[in-house]
Amino acid sequence: MFELLTLQHYWWLLVSILGALFVFMTFVQGGQTLLYTLAKTEDERDVLVNSLGRKWELTFSALVMFGGALFAAFPLFYAVSFGGAYYVWMAILFCFIIQAVAYEYRKKPDNFYGQRFYETLLYINGTLGIFLIGVALGTLFSGGNFYVNDMNLSRWATESYGLEALLNPFNLAFGAMLVFLARTQGALYFLNNVDEITISQRVKKVVCRNFIPFLLLFLYVFGSILFQDGYVYDPKTLIVSVESMKFLHTFLLHPILAFIMLAGVLLLLYGVYLGAIKKNIYAVWWSGVGTVLVVTVLLFILGINNSIYYPSLADMQSSLSVVNSSGSLYTLEVMSVASLLVPIVLGYITYIWRSMDATKITIDEVKADSHHY
Amino acid sequence: MEHTDLLVDYSRAQFALTALYHWIFVPLTLGLTFIIAIMETIYVKTLDEKWKTITKYWMGLLAINFAIGLATGIIMEFEFGTNWSNYSWIVGDIFGAPLAIEGLMAFFMESTFFAVMFFGWDKVSKRAHLTSTWLVAIGSNLSALWILIANGWMQHPVGMKFNPDSARNEMENFAAVVFNPNAVSKFLHTISSGYVLASLFVISISAWYLLKKRDVAFAKKSIVVAASFGLITSILMLTTGDESAHQVALNQPMKLAAMEGLYKGEERAGIVAFGLLESEKEINDDLDPFKFMFEIPGALSFLGYHDINAFVPGIDDLILGNEKHNIISVKEKMIIGKKAVQALSDYKKFKKEGNTLAMNEALKTFRATSHYMGYGYLKKPEGALPDVALTFYSFHIMVAAGSWFLVLFILILYFSMKNELTNKKWLLRLGVITLPLGYAAQECGWIVAEVGRQPWAIQDLLPVGMATSNVGSTSVMITFWLFAILFTALLIAEVKIMLKQISIGPEGH
Repeated sequence: MFELLTLQHYWWLLVSILGALFVFMTFVQGGQTLLYTLAKTEDERDVLVNSLGRKWELTFSALVMFGGALFAAFPLFYAVSFGGAYYVWMAILFCFIIQAVAYEYRKKPDNFYGQRFYETLLYINGTLGIFLIGVALGTLFSGGNFYVNDMNLSRWATESYGLEALLNPFNLAFGAMLVFLARTQGALYFLNNVDEITISQRVKKVVCRNFIPFLLLFLYVFGSILFQDGYVYDPKTLIVSVESMKFLHTFLLHPILAFIMLAGVLLLLYGVYLGAIKKNIYAVWWSGVGTVLVVTVLLFILGINNSIYYPSLADMQSSLSVVNSSGSLYTLEVMSVASLLVPIVLGYITYIWRSMDATKITIDEVKADSHHY
Repeated sequence: MEHTDLLVDYSRAQFALTALYHWIFVPLTLGLTFIIAIMETIYVKTLDEKWKTITKYWMGLLAINFAIGLATGIIMEFEFGTNWSNYSWIVGDIFGAPLAIEGLMAFFMESTFFAVMFFGWDKVSKRAHLTSTWLVAIGSNLSALWILIANGWMQHPVGMKFNPDSARNEMENFAAVVFNPNAVSKFLHTISSGYVLASLFVISISAWYLLKKRDVAFAKKSIVVAASFGLITSILMLTTGDESAHQVALNQPMKLAAMEGLYKGEERAGIVAFGLLESEKEINDDLDPFKFMFEIPGALSFLGYHDINAFVPGIDDLILGNEKHNIISVKEKMIIGKKAVQALSDYKKFKKEGNTLAMNEALKTFRATSHYMGYGYLKKPEGALPDVALTFYSFHIMVAAGSWFLVLFILILYFSMKNELTNKKWLLRLGVITLPLGYAAQECGWIVAEVGRQPWAIQDLLPVGMATSNVGSTSVMITFWLFAILFTALLIAEVKIMLKQISIGPEGH
């Protein structure tokens, strides 16, 4: 029906969108790090936790979905990166296990470790968890130390199993950038979701303090990407070589991507302006759409124009592209049919989100609710 | 890429640890969501506020359980990559699809409607809320469907072909994977066992209230719903268990032999009702496999092959071969398998050299031998044998416990109908203490399925020794212990919170 390469690109686009939706949804993690910044009283803190508590599972599902889509569509990446950059992924997993229980157990009597303990878990999830995911995403541009043999079985070249990525300033900047973005988005989400004037008044300061570092880091990261040497494969021989300013060329070749990127950045800026200056409750949607566009394009350029999306620093020819790492034609076809569910899923999430959030959450509501976090 | 035993052991231990912990929480979610949906349906039909209280109370306990189930679930998905990297490549083309579909179809449904179920009482209409509750139940069970399709494929791989160029198995028939008879019976057996566990959970707590003479009306209502649900679903559980055993007999004869401690194959083979294994027993020696046992004659032949006279191969037959019954020995399979491994490597080499003739020859040899390629990675024939004692005892505990649950449900329903339940203290006590047995049976079932499959990650296709990631064993050892500590710490909190909520009771809400 479709050519293999078309489906590989289709799936890379889907993975990019899923990754972008996940990054958007990390406003939950960002919000978790603001519990003691935006809230000053216990009641305020409760309302923040409960506001996030109705969304955290969606973020969690988005992460799982991102992993599942990678597994099904690009199993070699799953095998190489997860099995190789072992410590990084394991650390990420730890940061997410602790989140899952924290909401439900935080306020429960006899929770053994006390409320502050669970709040600390939320904080770790929101900072270290997001930072490490950023580092892992950064390695898609900066590379990993792996070998893939002629049976497509892989091993990592260093004993630090991925932790060496923390020595690369680009990866660190990528990680920190996501943390500041998540915090910015978290604050804007509260503005949208929580009806407590004292909290809204604090949002401006928090947004400014987090958005400015984000913007600086973003300029550094994006600049590095534009002007860095990129790996490319030869479509006929699949031999990998270096091309200087690879991603800049991709943008020049596909101006539409540059346009979407620019639109994303402008929307993000506009959202932040609306939120911080105008205290507009819809700010998070503008910045959210902007975030999704920016991240989608950033990930998507890795998979097109004969680009390598996971360069190997140990052995250039082991590098992964959508062509040498994907599922078979048949599997991609089956998965593509399954992907028709995506709009339905997005549809009911939107519908439920709107009906559940028709009115903003208040301290009184949280107190009155029989089930609250 | 041969792996050290230590690495394989720790990789298995870590996955087993995750799965065992995950499996403490998931069966309850699978069943309790339905029980709650039934309770809420009664509320919406009768508009009796008591039923709303009942629904909300069990929902509260579900939430405590659900969170930690989710926490342990995410790791399982990623551990296929982190610890089973070779596996992820060699079978990922088939295995990844159900996992991705699970995420898309089930996880979002669960997580979206979970929020409505807990926080939407005053935000959406009664009917919309009820629908959400049902959708959470359906979503969690859909999740079980896809993961068990994946697991069923590990027990009985179908619908794929090995591609020597990519050096992996590639999917050829998605319908065959989805409708794999092994997956179907496994799914039905697993979810029905979850329903039974949830029934036991509700019965146990309600019985405790009745014994304490508190929240009596609440407990009586709850216990009737649970016992009815338990009775119906335990019949489903027993019949699908029978079908599961039949599938094992057809596709995993070694697992069946281990489940029954059967060394010498026989016609009209019996099922051991109870027995104690001889620990000194070795393959093909003259020792009796049992110190003592009581057997139901012909039952294993019937269970396995639906024919009382059928021949059931034993461990000795399967390892050493049995000409009369056309069973070739593991040693011979290993020889064929090694040929396949060599032919694949030759194929790759000749292809690189551009030697088309030799390449095609190697491919021909590979195609003729690849059905036993997995055996080519085994080190010795005895390596094809799973842990007999663990498989045997787990299977028998599971079956005995499962049969008792049916009796318990009947007794509770009977005395409830006669309105005598509150006087039957012995039965209520049994109701309370059966819950741990329910959990034990769940874990045993998992052990039978997974330990009984050893040494295979994918039955006959890929041994665990070949499937692991190429990481240092120390790294896996470190993460194993970290997981063990973290899970245990969370479990302690979970149990404490749960017990506290039970002692607070429905009126505290």
